[in-house]
Amino acid sequence: MSLLTRQKSPSGAAEPAAPAGAARRMRRWTPYAFLAPYLTLFAVFMVLPIGFGFWTSLHEWDINLPAKPFVGPENYTDLFDPASVDGGRFWTAMRATAIFTLFSVPLLIVLPLLVALLMNGRFRGRNLYRAVYFAPYVLGVAVVGFLWRFLLDGNIGLVNHYLGLDVQWTTDEPPVWIALVGVTVWWTLGLNAVIFLAGLQDIPRELHEAAMVDGASAWRRFLAVTLPGLRPVTVFVVNATILASANMFGQSYLITAGAPADRTKTAIYLIAETGLRHFDMGTASAMSFILAAFLMAASALVFGAFRDRSRR
Amino acid sequence: MTSPLSRRSFLTLSGATGLTAALAACGGGTKIGSGSTAPASAAPTFSGGEYSGPKVTLDYWNGFTGGDGPHMRTMLDSFNKEFSGRIEVRNVTRRWEDLYPAMPTAISAGKGPDVAIIHNDWIGTFAARQTLVPLDDVVGALELTEADFIPAVWNAGVYSGKRYSVPLDVHSLADYWNKKHLEKIDLTEAPADKESYEKALAGLKDAGIATPFWMPNKWPAHLMFMSLLWQYGGQLYSEDGAKALWGSDQGAEALGWMVEQIDKGYSPAKVAIDTQYAAFKNDKVSFTWDGIWQINDLKTNAKSLEWGMSPVPNIGGTPAVWSASHNFVLTSQAGKDPNKVQAAKFFIDYMSRQSVEWAKAGMIPARNSARQDPTVADLPQVRMAEDVSIFHFLPALPGVGDVQSKALELAVAKAVLKEASPADALKEGVATADKLLADNKRKYGQ
Repeated sequence: MSLLTRQKSPSGAAEPAAPAGAARRMRRWTPYAFLAPYLTLFAVFMVLPIGFGFWTSLHEWDINLPAKPFVGPENYTDLFDPASVDGGRFWTAMRATAIFTLFSVPLLIVLPLLVALLMNGRFRGRNLYRAVYFAPYVLGVAVVGFLWRFLLDGNIGLVNHYLGLDVQWTTDEPPVWIALVGVTVWWTLGLNAVIFLAGLQDIPRELHEAAMVDGASAWRRFLAVTLPGLRPVTVFVVNATILASANMFGQSYLITAGAPADRTKTAIYLIAETGLRHFDMGTASAMSFILAAFLMAASALVFGAFRDRSRR
Repeated sequence: MTSPLSRRSFLTLSGATGLTAALAACGGGTKIGSGSTAPASAAPTFSGGEYSGPKVTLDYWNGFTGGDGPHMRTMLDSFNKEFSGRIEVRNVTRRWEDLYPAMPTAISAGKGPDVAIIHNDWIGTFAARQTLVPLDDVVGALELTEADFIPAVWNAGVYSGKRYSVPLDVHSLADYWNKKHLEKIDLTEAPADKESYEKALAGLKDAGIATPFWMPNKWPAHLMFMSLLWQYGGQLYSEDGAKALWGSDQGAEALGWMVEQIDKGYSPAKVAIDTQYAAFKNDKVSFTWDGIWQINDLKTNAKSLEWGMSPVPNIGGTPAVWSASHNFVLTSQAGKDPNKVQAAKFFIDYMSRQSVEWAKAGMIPARNSARQDPTVADLPQVRMAEDVSIFHFLPALPGVGDVQSKALELAVAKAVLKEASPADALKEGVATADKLLADNKRKYGQ
């Protein structure tokens, strides 16, 4: 309450009308003092690195060369010039990231939701099934990548052997996308399913019962009770999944190694390679900022889409 | 009541702090690597004899993760024993592809190697980056001369008139073959020229080996391409490092021969990375080209396989094969401490005298005289070096690794995956390579 009064007063603590006790407990810098620990961490681990990264992106910044000439926006204009070496490579990588995100996100929303609905029912061995769906997620990307790289091999792999197919899952487009998306869905489906399951269990039973009393069909109840009840969870899952998919690196690094001809080399893969293998930190930072801009726009769209619906 | 900090002044203050910190960070960043070579001159010139400085510990990085690792550790143990109490060398072994990106950064941070092993084609890059310290005096003390080495190996260690490396060994691509498969067509040795090689492939296919020679699109596809390019009489890069020459007609012929193996049905299409080698180990492939260092892997991990190793066949007309060498280098991290520089030179001197022991790890000694030593002369890989003029090396141009991976390897992959004809893939690759070469020239100020 005292806070409200103080915000209204124009000259802050100098205001004699403020109760003396409140002023002692609540000085002007009190909120900042409480914020300080987080603010310090935020400044040291977020603001400074981002600022430093942006500063880097304006230079021809090679980690070990003493000369780091300032080049202004040249790293950015280079990336937007398709005729330049890095520009061509970068947009191929952005295309790879876009394709992967576009195909993996819908599957990673719909399938986990279906799994969660099944797991939410009552049947024998329910906990076992929950564990089975979640199990792949506990594996590290190295294990998943190595396992599927050999299972999916077009010439010596078991997948083709048992299915009697002759598909080059790791070196041919488009099968390579089916492989990468499929492996990712198999691997991370469990996490989203568990989050959806928690969301489902938060929906009050009374709402379902009321709908049933009103004579709503199962499908109608799903649309009118379950889906709206899951909205906050869904916003989180959609955003987290988009960001995770756009940051895909390990799967293509281990399963395809960028094949065919670097077309599954994702943006993060290329950024890591440019900065850490070719030591070209300036270009790598510029790439990161462009990718970050795209991801921020995507997040804003998701939040916008869900917010509009909730106001209706 | 004290005058409280206003919101505005708080923000100004925190902003100023942030900015100062940011500038300080930038200031630190620009200094990395600069002037780090200067203290090296404080170290006395190396002339052999006994190490007289205080006890030092050296970090030694290498990429001998395969069958060569145990041999290197044996050599290291004997060094540590002999110099115990004076010099201690700590070994760090990691995969080459992880070692190279980590090394310059780790050295800038003071947590990298003092002495390391690197490949010939990285010496120019690292010397230009001031990651290395010259070694002219060690070479003098070892009485090493160009006459005792393959010239390309020897010259790869010189950058801007200073020597940065002491060569340890040479290794090349080889032709591995399946003995049982070749018996089916009455061969006891891999064919060595184009005509008989192609005849053997056709014979093997008729004899029931559906796909006898799998063509990779990634590693070692570019090594095969370079070997064939040199065989057809082509060149990789111009002398001054300004132009890529591998897009020539000879290049198209070389890459064309690789693609032809798929067209003729000797190889399945679009073979994934490392699959050709896995299939060779599993008795499915008759021929595969790979590095000689795989000898130890085949010996330990494919015990039931009967295999032989021969020089890469002469397809193009002139015998030639891709080769590389391992080299000792001294880093700018050691360069900050004269005692470390001195100790590291003793280490390099000691180790390079053991090239006979090292040959047993599956390598070819770099020194001509060491190869004639009776204990190693009969090793299969040493026999491949009877005529060292066939060994061709990547030039030690600074930044050549980037050009290879961004342009040449990609072009080879595109052609083998049948996404472009060999000539088109090479043309596109060369255009990229020329841009990168021009960039490198400017960047490394040559």
